[in-house]
Amino acid sequence: MRRVYLDHLSATPLLPEAFEAMKPYFMEAFGNAASLHQYGLRVRDALAKARSQIAALVNAESAEEIFFTSDGTESANLAIKGVAYANQRRGNHLVVSEIEHPAVLNSVEFLEKQGFTCTRVKVDSEGFVNPEDVRAAITDKTILVAVHHVNHDIGTLEPIREIGRICAEKGVPFYVDAEASAGWLPIDVQQMGASLLSFSPHKFYGPKGVGVLYRNKKARLVSILHGGVQEGGRRAGTENVPAIVGAGVAAEVALRELNQRFAHTARLQKKLWEGLKANVPYIKLNGPEPGPRRAPHTLNISTEFIEGEGQLLMCDLNGIAVASGSSCVSKSLKISHVLAAIGLDHALAQGNIIMSLGKDTTDEDIDYVVQTFAKVVVPKLRNMSPMWDEFQRGIIDSVISPTGRGRSFTEHAAAVSGKPAH
Amino acid sequence: MSETYTLYGQTVMDHFMNPRNMGDLPDADGVGEVGAAACGDIMKISLKIQDGKITDARFKTFGCGSAIASSSMATELIKGRTVEEALNFSNQEVVDALGGLPPVKIHCSVLAEEALKAALEDYLKKHPDVAAKVKEKEAARSAAPETANA
Repeated sequence: MRRVYLDHLSATPLLPEAFEAMKPYFMEAFGNAASLHQYGLRVRDALAKARSQIAALVNAESAEEIFFTSDGTESANLAIKGVAYANQRRGNHLVVSEIEHPAVLNSVEFLEKQGFTCTRVKVDSEGFVNPEDVRAAITDKTILVAVHHVNHDIGTLEPIREIGRICAEKGVPFYVDAEASAGWLPIDVQQMGASLLSFSPHKFYGPKGVGVLYRNKKARLVSILHGGVQEGGRRAGTENVPAIVGAGVAAEVALRELNQRFAHTARLQKKLWEGLKANVPYIKLNGPEPGPRRAPHTLNISTEFIEGEGQLLMCDLNGIAVASGSSCVSKSLKISHVLAAIGLDHALAQGNIIMSLGKDTTDEDIDYVVQTFAKVVVPKLRNMSPMWDEFQRGIIDSVISPTGRGRSFTEHAAAVSGKPAH
Repeated sequence: MSETYTLYGQTVMDHFMNPRNMGDLPDADGVGEVGAAACGDIMKISLKIQDGKITDARFKTFGCGSAIASSSMATELIKGRTVEEALNFSNQEVVDALGGLPPVKIHCSVLAEEALKAALEDYLKKHPDVAAKVKEKEAARSAAPETANA
């Protein structure tokens, strides 16, 4: 059976050159960067090199502005809590988009319990933040604005530069979560006007166990992890040296191959969406159309009358690895907060699948995925679905292409469950 | 990858991949369709009932792997049972027969129980004579312990 991995927004395989670079730092160069002897000094040099490689990827002014953490979640926690605590005498108000990653939203929620307040800026039906809404949300108590570069679920490319300009104008630090874009899209922290920016190298062929936080020297930041004075006193704890070395190499290769990766994934993304649209009736793209307003390497689709976890399982049984924002795949039994925020009908949110492409995805992979999804996954599940049958008989209507016959899926679901779906 | 890893146990995966009794019964004696308020899944069970016994059962499900497997297993378990027995059917039987479900997926088996009971109710509504008999028996059963105590 052919295997096609389409979940690059979750994890990517390690680059062979990153793996090679990491190897000596497990057994041979095992020193602690805090040590002042040969063992320590060698490692210190390796960290400095990785810091420069990462700084180059995001066009930071200096490598001193790059901090290493344990992963993207820790970087987001440090950015938000570290800035909030550093500025609490100045104010207690934060502004975030409502579709940020849980690492951001849950950090903010934690701060709210401690007396901070937060405005969650709404997004439109494609997931775009209106920069003017950010401007309107900023008060004289605002100490941080956080908007991600690319949405992790629906691929929306946010108007970061406009928001950055507004933050600069208002003198408010601006944090950009670049978890879903680093290594795939050009990032220039200076042009973006980002005071802070974070990402995980394992999303672009680096290792897991390392996160990056860029912090502009002008942005005040206090440590949230206390201990030694590693990472300029901003992040205590012994550095994960092999992972940091691998992250540096992954960043260097990503920067070198950026245009090529972008063009490759953008072309296959278009091919995948066009193939699915032409071969699967009652399917919808969530987020912007492939093009300049969307990240090149991800598609978020909803297939009507069937549920997402079933699709995910059926894809997996046919060798295709995908993700889903359906309530059935979440432990809380709630649909993705991103899909809820863009106002997606519950029936479509339930039928959600996320496919994210990589640098090694091929045309043949895309052909196989389109063919298998259209001819195996969807028909098999629709054949089992009472909703598909009821749609054929005019009892319920399609949300994607309404026929004017029957009631909506959501009305029907509410009627048979005795309670409206969330 | 040479090995195969599964999200659910072997029996659940088997019922998901090879669902038993999938479809509709054109001449069903009872049909029940229910939805899960928790997640939005929808399940439909159709029954053929002859001489107070379930002779055939079919399901259709809009839902996740465990919802599809739960409805498949429920239709397997229920065939051959009397209406009275079926009215006492519990979701735990589905969970046990499937070799267990993750805690967050137990509600899928509850949905199967509810769909089955909705189908039985539909049948009893169409057959008031059977419904009266079932009620009578139930009343006798619940009265029995009191008589014993007296």
